[in-house]
Amino acid sequence: MGNAARLAVLGLLALLFMAPYIWMISASLKPTDELFRAHMALIPERFAAIENYGRVLREVPVAQYLWNGVVMCGGILVFQLLFAIPAGYALAKLRFAGRDWVFGAVMLGLLVPAHVPALPLYVAFSGMGLLNSFAALIIPSTISVFGIFLFRQFFKSLPDELIHAARIDGMGEAAIVWRVVLPNAWPAATAFAIFSVVAHWNDLFWPLIVTTGQAYATPALGVLHFRTEEAGDDFAALMAACVIMTAPLVLAFLLAQRRFVEGIATTGLKG
Amino acid sequence: MRDARGRRGEALAAWLLTLPAGLAFLLLLLAPTLAAIALAFSDYELGNWPPHWIGFDNFREMWTDRGFRISLVNTLVYVAIVAPLSVAGGLALALLIESVTTGRTLFRAIFFLPVVSLTVAMAASWQYLLHPTIGPVNAMLRAVGIAGPAWLSSSDTVLLSLAAIGIWESVGFNMVLFMAGLTAIPRELREAAAVDGAQAAWDRFRLVTWPLLGPTTLFVVVISLIRSVRVFDTVAVLTRGGPNKASEVLLYTMYTEGFTFLRLGYSAAITLVFLVIVLALMLVQTRLLDRRVHYG
Repeated sequence: MGNAARLAVLGLLALLFMAPYIWMISASLKPTDELFRAHMALIPERFAAIENYGRVLREVPVAQYLWNGVVMCGGILVFQLLFAIPAGYALAKLRFAGRDWVFGAVMLGLLVPAHVPALPLYVAFSGMGLLNSFAALIIPSTISVFGIFLFRQFFKSLPDELIHAARIDGMGEAAIVWRVVLPNAWPAATAFAIFSVVAHWNDLFWPLIVTTGQAYATPALGVLHFRTEEAGDDFAALMAACVIMTAPLVLAFLLAQRRFVEGIATTGLKG
Repeated sequence: MRDARGRRGEALAAWLLTLPAGLAFLLLLLAPTLAAIALAFSDYELGNWPPHWIGFDNFREMWTDRGFRISLVNTLVYVAIVAPLSVAGGLALALLIESVTTGRTLFRAIFFLPVVSLTVAMAASWQYLLHPTIGPVNAMLRAVGIAGPAWLSSSDTVLLSLAAIGIWESVGFNMVLFMAGLTAIPRELREAAAVDGAQAAWDRFRLVTWPLLGPTTLFVVVISLIRSVRVFDTVAVLTRGGPNKASEVLLYTMYTEGFTFLRLGYSAAITLVFLVIVLALMLVQTRLLDRRVHYG
């Protein structure tokens, strides 16, 4: 197979993969009656973008859903880094009794999918009256054993001289973590951040369990609510809502494609 | 003396640095996981405190519960379709993209796009694409004279449709992992094979690339199996297990038993079955990889 033939195959496959996006955007621009005639033109005969997107923006608190998503992902990421970086450093560079046990616990934690502790966590949050809050959305994900593992592996490869030099300068271990190790850990931190944000922005399982109504709905829940409760048969408006909710992360991906791909490839481990 | 104090200081610092993560680990991961295991052997229902220890009753009920059996079989069928096809597709795409001279970044981006897209929204888009009357897929089939099925609302096709969406979602992820594996293979090896007589691309793949890609492939296979066992979003958005349980899968059954019927004990027992499947898959991986990976 020559280069041109392979390019043609890839081009066809790429079109096939893009079909859901292409049709989603196309449908979001069409008036409902045109959608129901189910003809196959991608370009609408009459543009109804203002009606469709207008309906979504009027009826759906889009900004609030996006804001909820940002707060949830941001909160989770900050705590994950706050917990995982010092622990990863201690496991990689410090000698202490029980280190093997701690690392064993991390490896054990890697085996357990987040769905397993979900039931008791739900009962606990429900008992504390904390359902339907940012606390419920954020707290259960603040510990990432995968993050600890990733940072430990990364810090292992940092030269010991760097840390010795900082100690001779009189820095404490905590200062070393944030002022010496962290500035050298950006590649790992970026990869982990992308992995974490993609996973939690798209997650449906946990937000579906702990929140009801619109106040704390994430973008994923927002689309689900609109689909089941309001959109009904109005596929055009539903597709418009989907375009709006999908856009932020997809745009971020297109702007920083290389980092995303590398981030997911290096962190692919946890899936 | 000095050295001993330094070492004690180091140990103290290490414990202080691990403390926040350790506490969070105990409270948010270890304790609830153990609690979930304990719940699986109880009759706990939300609002019905205290729970009673009922031994293996939940598992006995599961064994005779037709709904659970359907759910387990559906999950296995889904995994058996999605995992192999998304691994093979990911490998094929990675090899194809590696072999062309232009547009690599563009193609990689396109195939990877579903991985970063909001699953719920894309599921809704698939619902439109596969809609029996207004969907473009059936419109195209009609254009060539075929009456397309009701993809997501017929019990014959619903699992296949969900599997197709699952493959679409995960092929790009596997492709990226394979591409990382391919760049680790030195180019000279393939060229040397060509010099030694492996002229056909297929021979070079069979003799050089495939064996060296072994660890990557095993890793991708296990990741794909685990990811597909966890199927939930598309089912929750598109079918809610229906029609007539034809798309009921493990995590969705666990979700409805636990959070709709509030039978937390039974739901925990299903979670345990899920956990055992995931652990078994990981065990297979470590057994096969044992001598190749070192977390030194």
